Amino acid sequence: MTDSQTGVGSAKKYSVSELLTNPNEVDLKTLLLLPAMAFMTALFLGGVIMFVSGVDFTNIAFSYRALLVGSVGSVFALSETLVAAAPLIIAGLSVAIGFRSGLFNIGAEGQILTGGMAALAVGFSFPELSIWVHLPLSLLAGAIVGAVWGGIAGWLRAVTGAHEVISTIMLNFIALRLVDFSLKTDFFQKTGRNDPISKSVLDSALLPDLLTWIDPQLRVNAGILIAFLVVFLIGWLLFRTTIGFEFRAVGANPDAARYAGIRIGWTFTATMAVAGALGGLTGGVQVLGVLERASPGFSSGIGFEAIAVALLGRAHPTGVLFAGLLFGALEAGGRQMQVDTNVGIDLITIIQSLVIVFVAAPILIKSLYPFAFREHAK
Amino acid sequence: MSAGQTSKVIDKARERHSLVVGVILIVLAVFTAWVFGYGTVGDATFRLAMRGDSFKVGDLVVPAAPYAYVVAAILAYFGARLMMRSGSRRANLILGIGLILFITAFLTWATADHSFSLTGMLKSTIIRALPIAFGGLTGVLCERVAVINIGIEGMLLAGAFSGVVFGSLFGGWAGLAGAAMTGGLLGLILAVLTVTYRMDQIIAGVVINIFVLGLTSYLTSQVLAKEAFRHLNDAPVFRAIDIPYLSDFPIIGPLFFQHNLFVYAAFAMVAIATYYLFHTRTGLRARAVGEHPRAADTLGINVFRIRYIQVTVAGMVAGFGGAWFTLGSVGRFDENMTSGRGFIGLAAMIFGRWHPVGALAAALVFGFADSVQQKMALLQTPIPSEFLAMAPYVATIIVVAGLVGRARPPAADGKPYVKE
Repeated sequence: MTDSQTGVGSAKKYSVSELLTNPNEVDLKTLLLLPAMAFMTALFLGGVIMFVSGVDFTNIAFSYRALLVGSVGSVFALSETLVAAAPLIIAGLSVAIGFRSGLFNIGAEGQILTGGMAALAVGFSFPELSIWVHLPLSLLAGAIVGAVWGGIAGWLRAVTGAHEVISTIMLNFIALRLVDFSLKTDFFQKTGRNDPISKSVLDSALLPDLLTWIDPQLRVNAGILIAFLVVFLIGWLLFRTTIGFEFRAVGANPDAARYAGIRIGWTFTATMAVAGALGGLTGGVQVLGVLERASPGFSSGIGFEAIAVALLGRAHPTGVLFAGLLFGALEAGGRQMQVDTNVGIDLITIIQSLVIVFVAAPILIKSLYPFAFREHAK
Repeated sequence: MSAGQTSKVIDKARERHSLVVGVILIVLAVFTAWVFGYGTVGDATFRLAMRGDSFKVGDLVVPAAPYAYVVAAILAYFGARLMMRSGSRRANLILGIGLILFITAFLTWATADHSFSLTGMLKSTIIRALPIAFGGLTGVLCERVAVINIGIEGMLLAGAFSGVVFGSLFGGWAGLAGAAMTGGLLGLILAVLTVTYRMDQIIAGVVINIFVLGLTSYLTSQVLAKEAFRHLNDAPVFRAIDIPYLSDFPIIGPLFFQHNLFVYAAFAMVAIATYYLFHTRTGLRARAVGEHPRAADTLGINVFRIRYIQVTVAGMVAGFGGAWFTLGSVGRFDENMTSGRGFIGLAAMIFGRWHPVGALAAALVFGFADSVQQKMALLQTPIPSEFLAMAPYVATIIVVAGLVGRARPPAADGKPYVKE
């Protein structure tokens, strides 16, 4: 591996690694207080932006009330929150596991697209399979294709030193075009349609709804259970296995890891493959649980929100779980807000980006609220 | 390592490189003969004259199949030469010429039995390359002082938005100024976050993209869509200015000298940036900051100030370029109207090896792929246009991976500087 292309990577020594929380040193201030303050400040600034754009004070209050009610105010709201959170959690883990080995997976978007298409293809192709075979097979197809798509970037980094940020951005665009192309082929396109819409997933490959027995409107499906399972599995992989140790060792200090006999190139490829598998699984969960078919660009920015989720969750599986739930709540509440008060849902995007700024540059929050972070003499 | 060993290593690398290039050329030759030559009938007619030309030029008529065979023969000859006489110093130049020949053979094959306006396509190449070139130039300016700018996309989008708002309120020139100021402000924010607060540069860029996308989409749906504010999204468009005399030349005239202000500005900015970076004292200092900030600091160069100024100026370039989307073409803003052009600009920067002229050339290549892709649908070729649309991205991966010549970023790229 040459050093010339690793310029971007070495920047992480300064900042991203500072964000990673070591599970052995639980520091409540950085773990809870900082994200909470970051979130509150972002909400406040969101209010300022609303005010500037001509929304009056009562409506701002109503908007935030709608945001709250729409996300946790009822069983329906909770169901919507969980539906939005499931893909964010899994994709957030995809980005987080990259951070752990010092890699920046901007490619979740492309992995969601390719993995989603694979899950879709299996999902509509095999009629007469039992759900116990068909559904896992579809999800597995998504994960495998996603792993290959992510693995390409890791392998390129390992063998040629091509920086993964650039190659994953490019792979995102390639995936976008591949989906556009696939949706025009006879295999994918819905029979009798001219617009780029795919065939629908068969019932035996759909993620079962969990709460329709209470109320048919509740959309929450088994995707959220998969997300919980993945959180547990990735936690185990990262902190209880040799592979996970190697990932973290390479992320903490590649040189030391190399001297300890860890094969850096292999670790890069493996990390990106695991990250890609999670991205592909996200695509599978989205297609088999929510969309039930594919249209151009169906990833709709989940891969980018996942970066925010991973950062807010400090690249720790439990943190990512809560960050994903929070962002899912913002999504669901944002829709309610748009319906109730006519304030555009894009405001949520603004709040999310502000949250990332404050989490990624903790010094901003610390200088805004010096009293909360005063260091006590040790 | 001794000097002898070093040169041996270089020789080895060059030998392998020319072998790779040789193989690529042979493969292209076989492909050209087989796909473009074999079984192709008819002539390809390229119209060279544009409407309104003062001197009319005739059409360029090329027999498709024979032309493909000639190109295949040339490619095979160069490929074989490179493979036999390894260690050629001109491998990359030959590869470039080979690729251009290959593309002409492809175009001839695609147009066989049809006709289309070649000059028109090349003109649209330049227009489509424009935002990519501005984005690439922004990237070059930032990375030359070792600040990675993933936020080019957001800066272009912000420029497009503020361009239309200021343009609708106070006219086109104010729109331009407003766009440049907004871009500069984002550049300044990027500098504050990465230089002073040492935030991860990639995260900072990603944040700028998400923030600008969110803010402009929000304001568009919340403010511009309202009846009372609709006039804010209706800006005058800069008309094409014909350069006297030069614009009367056939082919070259319509191609280069009948554009609006943005095209001339792009070429001028690339020229100025090249002169600044490589021929002035400040430019030398800026590059030193990008390569070895500690050494630059030791010599009394203010690393932080240079980074601040250059990243801000780069942001202004991006904002100005973003204004093209609104003030240079349609006069109104749509959500996410830059649609990834900033990322291609980033690719153009890498493709152009961190050099303004290189970035412009790469942008033209990408613009060409874009405009060929548009033409493909009309010509009904068996190759799906999506694959052509992918070409810039695949090419960028190939270049970053160093499969065909390695592109080397400034040595300190992406590293925050900590003064001791």
